[in-house]
Amino acid sequence: MNSIASLQIGERGIISEECLDIIPLKLLEMGCLPGIEVELLQIAPFKDPLYICVNGSHLAIRKKTASKIVITKI
Amino acid sequence: MSKRIKVALIGNPNTGKTSLFNQLTGLHQKVGNYPGVTVDKKQGTCKISENSTAIITDLPGTYSINPTSIDESIVLKSLLNSNEDEKPDVIVIVADIENLKRNLLLFSQIQDLEIPIILALNMADQMERKGISIDIKNLEKQLNTKIVLISARKNKGIDTLKEAIENYNSLKIHSDFKELSHKIDTTYFDELAKVSTRFLAYELWMMLTKQHTSLLSSEEKEQLKSFGSDVSTQKKYQHKETIFRYQKINSILKETYTIDASKATDLRAKLDAVFTHKIFGYLIFFGLLLLIFQSVFDWASAPMDFIDGLFASISEFTKSNLPAGMFTDLLSEGIIPGIGGVIIFIPQIAILFLFIAILEETGYISRVVFLMDKIMRRFGMSGKSIIPLISGTACAIPAIMATRTISSWKERLITILVTPFTTCSARLPVYAILIALIIPDKKLFGFIGLQGLTLLALYGLGFGSAILGAYILHKTLKIKSSSFFVMEMPNYKLPSVKNVFLDVLEKTKAFVFGAGKIILAISIVLWFLASNGASDFKNAEKNVTQNIANQKLSSTELSQKIASQKLENSYIGIAGKAIEPIVKPLGYDWKIGVGLIASFAAREVFIGTLATIYSVENNDDDISTIKQKMASEINNETGEKRFNFATGISLLLFYAFAMQCMATLAIVKRETKSWKWPIIQLVGMGSLAYLTAFLAYQILR
Repeated sequence: MNSIASLQIGERGIISEECLDIIPLKLLEMGCLPGIEVELLQIAPFKDPLYICVNGSHLAIRKKTASKIVITKI
Repeated sequence: MSKRIKVALIGNPNTGKTSLFNQLTGLHQKVGNYPGVTVDKKQGTCKISENSTAIITDLPGTYSINPTSIDESIVLKSLLNSNEDEKPDVIVIVADIENLKRNLLLFSQIQDLEIPIILALNMADQMERKGISIDIKNLEKQLNTKIVLISARKNKGIDTLKEAIENYNSLKIHSDFKELSHKIDTTYFDELAKVSTRFLAYELWMMLTKQHTSLLSSEEKEQLKSFGSDVSTQKKYQHKETIFRYQKINSILKETYTIDASKATDLRAKLDAVFTHKIFGYLIFFGLLLLIFQSVFDWASAPMDFIDGLFASISEFTKSNLPAGMFTDLLSEGIIPGIGGVIIFIPQIAILFLFIAILEETGYISRVVFLMDKIMRRFGMSGKSIIPLISGTACAIPAIMATRTISSWKERLITILVTPFTTCSARLPVYAILIALIIPDKKLFGFIGLQGLTLLALYGLGFGSAILGAYILHKTLKIKSSSFFVMEMPNYKLPSVKNVFLDVLEKTKAFVFGAGKIILAISIVLWFLASNGASDFKNAEKNVTQNIANQKLSSTELSQKIASQKLENSYIGIAGKAIEPIVKPLGYDWKIGVGLIASFAAREVFIGTLATIYSVENNDDDISTIKQKMASEINNETGEKRFNFATGISLLLFYAFAMQCMATLAIVKRETKSWKWPIIQLVGMGSLAYLTAFLAYQILR
């Protein structure tokens, strides 16, 4: 089970379809959808939050949220 | 009478919506308030043709009409408004060409509310540079809407937009909600549509999911309830709705929008690598902070001295040129110094807001939030709390308003409660004079001034106690609230002078009229209490003249003696005397007690109050400044100086910790919607101040 939180900087993954109900609505609305590619751009000092690029949106999310979003690494 | 068109600007944050608003309205804008909530309502007027004027409302930036913060809920409320005077005639959705996909989600939601709509694609001048091409004709057809290409910063396409606004009657209304909802659950949404004939199915769906039912009749409310019985289904449907909207947007953009990836610059990545670096990131941030504080002090000192002098001479002028009497005294001793006490902070506040506005405009502030989030979370706050804590060094009032971007209630509340610990500019005059009195003007190692170091230590103390206070609250407050946090990291851009200027102007105005009203009112009350009293007050002049009949005194000394006698017997003097036993263990006398009471109007009033109280007892004519008056004040019990080291430190600590600002308490009440928190703040910070001041005085004595 890989999640966004298990990506290394520069790695990418596809958000899995089973995540639909887990992803907070706000994140969905910002473009973080199942089947979409996520790239981890940067990790803040102290390992949290994460800086991701998804669907053209550049977002910072906390590790807790990121670890719930299952992905398949590319 | 020209035609008036009500326009609402809606869009994602960071799309240049504010730039467009400023471009359209310029200085013809004012900030009001939405009824019942504490969100600023920005409105302005704009002449769009010979015979029509637009009234433009700039709604808070949002990613969707499903709100997650107070600011965002305003957007939905404005759109669901059944009040015809409030409902916009036409909506302009501002979208940024780079993030078109995400921007179109909000567009599609608003389109389904069936209000005339214009899609303004902003930053169109950047298309070529970013390798973006859009088939506008086709996109218009697919989205069933009017599209205008604009560049708000470069003032391009604005006329075309104005024309489209003027002809809003010819805009097509279009909604895909029926089709969309049938993909989710046909029966459910068809039944939902039958609840009310006055509202669209989508409007009812919004009211249901947001529990925003105030517009419905009780019968309709009852019917709607049955649809909301199952919350998890509701959530699932909301998620599905979002997914289906995106699917449609994706298929439309596939046909009409291309981006040449080779044109993408990696400037953002390069800058991010520096600004979010685990060492350089912090160094740059702290370096900037030092630069900001340095500038706030350096640049503001000259205008502040000027304002100080100006109001003193206006007071003097009023006193000597108007007929003597109650009204003149009220003007020269109450109102004018009261207004001066507010105006004097404008330079500092404006400079600080200037820096904050620049940091926000450039997109840098998001990187700071990103860097600080984890650290701040240990203390029960959010990375976003860093902005209020910096603003708090100018004034706690706008700082507390700036906490609205924090979506977790617990994190926001803690930030509100600890912000007043940061050293605001009202504490500075008090600090400056006390430090000058008790700390020798020496240099450490020949270049570090002791006095400056003390001031720096007080800043550190303020910030440290904010952090520590937050930690204690974090461990004790039993509030369950989601700590969900998501923040967009916008593109870096050069700040626009116009936006920065208008932002600073607006925030400064808000401070002057918000805090100013309260400070002025309390100044007048204090003046009244200080210049009226019981029988001893009325006979002060006679008593003094009798008592010193055998002494040879100059007329100035006589009037000073009378003034101090009057003050001692005025209502405020009586109050000061009443609290003397309480403040005595801290090393204060009744006069300082009066100063403490007066400080509730605004901390800096302390100095002015003492200046009024002290009369000069020796015959030296050149002792005129407040500092000299304070330095020569003697504690009659010990025969020592009143402002010795122990009392000085005790006072500094008291001012560092006490919550002595009515205006801030009023704002905290407004933002937390209860008296509970401001009272906790007042008592908690007051006890801490008393305790530390007591200990300091008893140990140092």
